[in-house]
Amino acid sequence: MTPRFKLAVLVFVLVSSGIGLILYKHFSLGFPLWPGDKQQVWTIEAKIEFVAHGDPVVVSLALPDNPPHFINLKEDFASSGYGFSQEKATVERRAKWTSRAVSGKQTLFYRLDVYEKKGAHLKKSFDPPTPLSPVELEEPFKTAALNLVTDVQKRSVNAETFTIELIKSLNSPDLEQSVRLLLGERNNERFKAQLAIDLLSLAEIPARIVRGLYLESGRRRQSLVSFIEVYESDQWQLFNPITGTSGIPENFVIWQRGGQSLLDVTGGSQSLVHFSMIENARASRDLALRYGENTKAPLIDFSIYSLPIEEQNAFKYILLIPIGALIVVIMRLLVGLRTSGTFMPILIALAFIQTTLLTGVLIFLVVVGTGLIIRSYLSHLNLLLVARISSVIIVVVAIMAGISIISQKLGLSQALTVTFFPMIILAWTIERMSILWEEDGPHEVLIQGGGSLLVAVLAYLCMTNRVVEYFTFNFPEVLLVNLGLIMILGQYTGYRLSELRRFRTLMEQDVSSKSK
Amino acid sequence: MFLANPNKLREMGILGMNGRNVSYIARHNPRRLFPLVDNKLKFKLLAQKAGIAVPELLGTVSEQHDIKKLRSMLAPHAQFVIKPAKGSGGKGILVINEQRHDLYFKPSEEALTNAQIELHVSNILSGLYSLGGVPDIAMIEAMVQLDPVFIPYSYEGIPDIRVILFRGYPVMAMLRLATHVSDGKANLHQGAVGVGIDLATGSALHAVQFNRPVSKHPDTDCAFSELKIPHWDHILPLAASCYEHTGLGYLGADIVLDKKLGPLIIELNARPGLSIQVANGTGLAKRLEKIDALAQTDHSPQERAAFSQQLFRVA
Repeated sequence: MTPRFKLAVLVFVLVSSGIGLILYKHFSLGFPLWPGDKQQVWTIEAKIEFVAHGDPVVVSLALPDNPPHFINLKEDFASSGYGFSQEKATVERRAKWTSRAVSGKQTLFYRLDVYEKKGAHLKKSFDPPTPLSPVELEEPFKTAALNLVTDVQKRSVNAETFTIELIKSLNSPDLEQSVRLLLGERNNERFKAQLAIDLLSLAEIPARIVRGLYLESGRRRQSLVSFIEVYESDQWQLFNPITGTSGIPENFVIWQRGGQSLLDVTGGSQSLVHFSMIENARASRDLALRYGENTKAPLIDFSIYSLPIEEQNAFKYILLIPIGALIVVIMRLLVGLRTSGTFMPILIALAFIQTTLLTGVLIFLVVVGTGLIIRSYLSHLNLLLVARISSVIIVVVAIMAGISIISQKLGLSQALTVTFFPMIILAWTIERMSILWEEDGPHEVLIQGGGSLLVAVLAYLCMTNRVVEYFTFNFPEVLLVNLGLIMILGQYTGYRLSELRRFRTLMEQDVSSKSK
Repeated sequence: MFLANPNKLREMGILGMNGRNVSYIARHNPRRLFPLVDNKLKFKLLAQKAGIAVPELLGTVSEQHDIKKLRSMLAPHAQFVIKPAKGSGGKGILVINEQRHDLYFKPSEEALTNAQIELHVSNILSGLYSLGGVPDIAMIEAMVQLDPVFIPYSYEGIPDIRVILFRGYPVMAMLRLATHVSDGKANLHQGAVGVGIDLATGSALHAVQFNRPVSKHPDTDCAFSELKIPHWDHILPLAASCYEHTGLGYLGADIVLDKKLGPLIIELNARPGLSIQVANGTGLAKRLEKIDALAQTDHSPQERAAFSQQLFRVA
């Protein structure tokens, strides 16, 4: 009872910690459970154009600074012939390109990859507002503005409702006299946003302009869209200056907050900045692994992912072996298949992964079949065992070379994968099979050879399953679960499937003896 | 019926391979004791020291260069058996029952040359028949002289009696008869006939070949109903005494009857097979549980044998 109890505790610890780690990785580190999970990654490109006049040039561009609910993957500043630096002030981040003397048309690029953080809370900005700067307006605009502010104040109770009412006034189909005067001919969204900021300032409500981009695939030559942000009860709230809706819209990247300029060019003229963007799908796993917020989590930092890519690829196969072992355990303990050599089927299955199934099975049968014929001849030569197995190895090598050369000449490139079969294993298989043939006859060879091949094919099918492959590599913790399962199976004392067949005659006898 | 109903099998007390391995072999057979029975030479020396009746050891070959001496070693013996010390499942056993004109004859009348015998011994030494292919030793034993009672039932081989012992108590027994199909081998899966034996009396209960009931020997046509094993009262204590000397709780003892020497232990097995249940038409599990429930087991082999004869009487 005690060893059984110990085993139960051990299995429980193994399985629960394995599952626990898997769930932790999924929920906390963002590893998707299924291989197909993809996420949209946006590449945004800002293209700066200006004409330089041979003087020293300084170009300064505002950069997005950790836009809420987006994760920056990588930035790229393509600027040949320019010195480059980044400046980070309290509110914003700017890129600065410098050059001593250039002339003619200049083009600079800034590229940014971002992806949307799923399920992230829309964090609002909490940084304190800068002190209100007095708005200087000339008559008659000043009177019109003050009238409008008083009018809107009558209709509102706080900063939020004031803003909404103000935006309504600025966008109503039949504009009031004062609004028409203020807008003049410049009835665009950028000017409206700036006007709203000034009016809010008059009403002593802290506000600032926010510029951003709507992410739409394949868009080119876009400009930034202006929003207004209003400070109330210790946080900033975003408003659309046309519709008056509050909150950050979907697929909207905030590029710049605050009233500073987007682009400053000294030493150049006709400066312009355009944005284009493109979306592409990337596996969520890669994103979680490389750019997630927790790449320093011990589970990622001290894991297979920290190995060089080549070793990672080797581990991909090594981690599949336990799955093959599980199949062998099930087939032997529960089904009762006889195989030649306990784990030979796994090695054969690993070779099948390289060769693909049908080619693999054909090559295996050809090599082992030819080997058996040659081995039966060797047995007449009275050789010592070690020498005989060595001879079989050489024969196997020769057969493999033969298969490769013939298939090359026939143009069957698939058969070239024959080299992936473990030679020594093949040689031993041939030796065992031929002994089995002599001692127990071809029937037993068929049973054990067929059993081995069947287990190998089943192991192959499991090991090449995309989900299994993905899961074992990305959640090596599943090893613990596998270990627990195999340990439980090691305590299974029930009948094997083959025994139900083996003992079936006993039942008939039992029935007949009772009926007598 | 293609498959048996597992519940029915359990009800009948049929022991499965997993049940045997986990509940009996792993629990009652310490691994360190296995070499005592897996290595037949070790067991032979142990048995000779302990006074257990075994076939006489005529010689051993342990080095490849000693094979040259084989011919002179075999010359004085007309009949002998060559065995690998670490062989399993009857593999690599060569029986010669006649030497004539420099040729060796198997019971099947097949003739072997000296070179073939030497190759066989060389294979044994290389580890061809041993578990894991480790180097081995070839043993040459005296051939057992068939007891006349078995003449009607034997074909190309000596019948042996397999007794399963649990904690030193005999729990089941069967007689294994080689047939033409089994090529003189006594393995049931190769086509030998298994005859279930009543532990109390030593008489045949019923017989199977290839898992099918048979009533007479397929080659000699002799009915099993008349079969009763002689010296039965000596065979069971002899088998039971192996427990003291090996310490293995779950054990299969293979016994042959020699015309002159009586019952001899030819081999012990720490992982005895389960076919004995088919031969007896009964499961092992219930009998094993009865022995497992015994509080006191420090009886002599004779007492244990007598106890089992009482407990497992069929008729």
